[in-house]
Amino acid sequence: MSTEGKGHDFVEFLGAKLLGGFVYAGGMALLLGAAINEVFRGLFSPKVRLSGRAMADQMVRVGVRSVGIVVLVQLFIGVILALQMAPPLSTFKQEAMIANIIGIAGFRMLGPIITAVVLSGFAGASIAAELGTMVVAEEIEALEATALSPVRFLVVPRVVATFLMMILLAIIADWMIAVGGYITSRVVLGPGVYEGYFERMRDQLRYRDFITGLVQAGVFGILISLIACYEGLKVKGGAEGVGRATTMTVVYSIVAIISAACVFTVVFYVFDW
Amino acid sequence: MSELPDNLPRGDDAVIRVVDLVKRYDGRAVLDGVNLEVRRGETLVIMGGSGCGKSTLLRHMIGSIWPDEGRVELFGQDLGALDQEGLDGIRKRFGILFQSGALFNSMTVGENVALPLKEHTDLDDDTIQIMVTIKLELVGLRQAADRMPSEISGGMKKRAGLARAIALDPEILFYDEPSAGLDPVTSAEIDQLIIDLSRKLGVTSVVVTHEMDSAFSIADRMAMLDKGRMLKIAPRSEFEQIRDGEPTGDEMGDLIRQFLRGDSHGPITRRRLSTGYEEDILEAAGGR
Repeated sequence: MSTEGKGHDFVEFLGAKLLGGFVYAGGMALLLGAAINEVFRGLFSPKVRLSGRAMADQMVRVGVRSVGIVVLVQLFIGVILALQMAPPLSTFKQEAMIANIIGIAGFRMLGPIITAVVLSGFAGASIAAELGTMVVAEEIEALEATALSPVRFLVVPRVVATFLMMILLAIIADWMIAVGGYITSRVVLGPGVYEGYFERMRDQLRYRDFITGLVQAGVFGILISLIACYEGLKVKGGAEGVGRATTMTVVYSIVAIISAACVFTVVFYVFDW
Repeated sequence: MSELPDNLPRGDDAVIRVVDLVKRYDGRAVLDGVNLEVRRGETLVIMGGSGCGKSTLLRHMIGSIWPDEGRVELFGQDLGALDQEGLDGIRKRFGILFQSGALFNSMTVGENVALPLKEHTDLDDDTIQIMVTIKLELVGLRQAADRMPSEISGGMKKRAGLARAIALDPEILFYDEPSAGLDPVTSAEIDQLIIDLSRKLGVTSVVVTHEMDSAFSIADRMAMLDKGRMLKIAPRSEFEQIRDGEPTGDEMGDLIRQFLRGDSHGPITRRRLSTGYEEDILEAAGGR
């Protein structure tokens, strides 16, 4: 009897989690739909104004301010990749291939994904904290009571800014990984690796390696900002709720980023992109 | 449908009409069949203890939460039946002062007041600037236009919030606990502002508060909520009579009197004390 009870509890637990997941995904989808609707209304209806200034503010906050940390982290990724690959490749006398591998790994995946993880902590958490604090301070209610849509006013600038900035940051990130690898070759690995490093990388890479990376970067940007806005706007119960929202934003963002990356990789592999 | 109290007007001069409003949270009724009408131009004060549902009632009236049963009408239109556009149209006709002021912290005081004007009118920037100056002068904050919300005191935040609330010249103003957390002088200043705005602009005011001094100084009519039910709606003079009278043994009158006077003895206290202490103890012991 008791084992049956436990099994029942477990199924109930699983069901509740699954249901919670669907509700969450549904909420996100609704928010995305509302944001897209506002963007189109803003573009095509003269009565609905989208604030360019708000968008620019968010781009500075999300993008410009995180350039330094993205550069630093991605340089390190380049260093790590080069040093990790050197010993096994040298056993096959293939150290020169480090440039090719860093190119593929960096441009296709590591550039966008590591940037997205950095941004989820850097921008996602701060967006969630900001919106959460606004909920607590009744600012969201004040917006609605003033007949201003929080989606148009707050969500759209953040999602669009994060989407665009994520793509631009990914371009910087791709190059920083390449440069990190080059510096390492120059300082540690020797001329067999660094001579013709960028030429080999260029020959190896095709446009679609670059493009698929940026497509993913854009999707990661939307995921991060959407999760951050969603978590922020559904804050309940004061400072504790805000803290929870920031934590959950980072956790869910990273899960979402890596899950999306996995799906993308499978799709790209199947269609040989 | 339950009956409306006799002293309520049924004419067209009611700008807000709350009918049989029921709101439940987790199965518990926070508002339990509330009826209320607010007449054009009057100042109605809604009173009640903490958790009696008065803030919830206010949030229904501004269309920020929706009733489980019953309806809320503003300007004769059922809020629940309106689409987003219709609702926004109504929202432009009222202003609300939130408990904390609810200024947008990323904007200056002036920008806060300018926001509704920028978004909802076609006025040019110069005209908006003039309007902002006028509104800020009305609440005595003209000098603070360029300051950020984080740089000003709680009382100033409320006044700035009020300036924003009147930016679009609303027909109704809602106040959520306007004197909460303010010193007596600032609180009296806010009360005076509410009275002035009501007289100068002729707006209908709905004030939710549990500060009795403030309530009696601003109200035309008063409404007393208790445990999600409307105990009494009457002109201020009737409530003054109850407050100044002697206990009569009438449970409702005594309850209102205790609240108005802030006495530590009376029906409210008795109710709190008699909520099954022994049962709770026995249950706790039995549950072990």
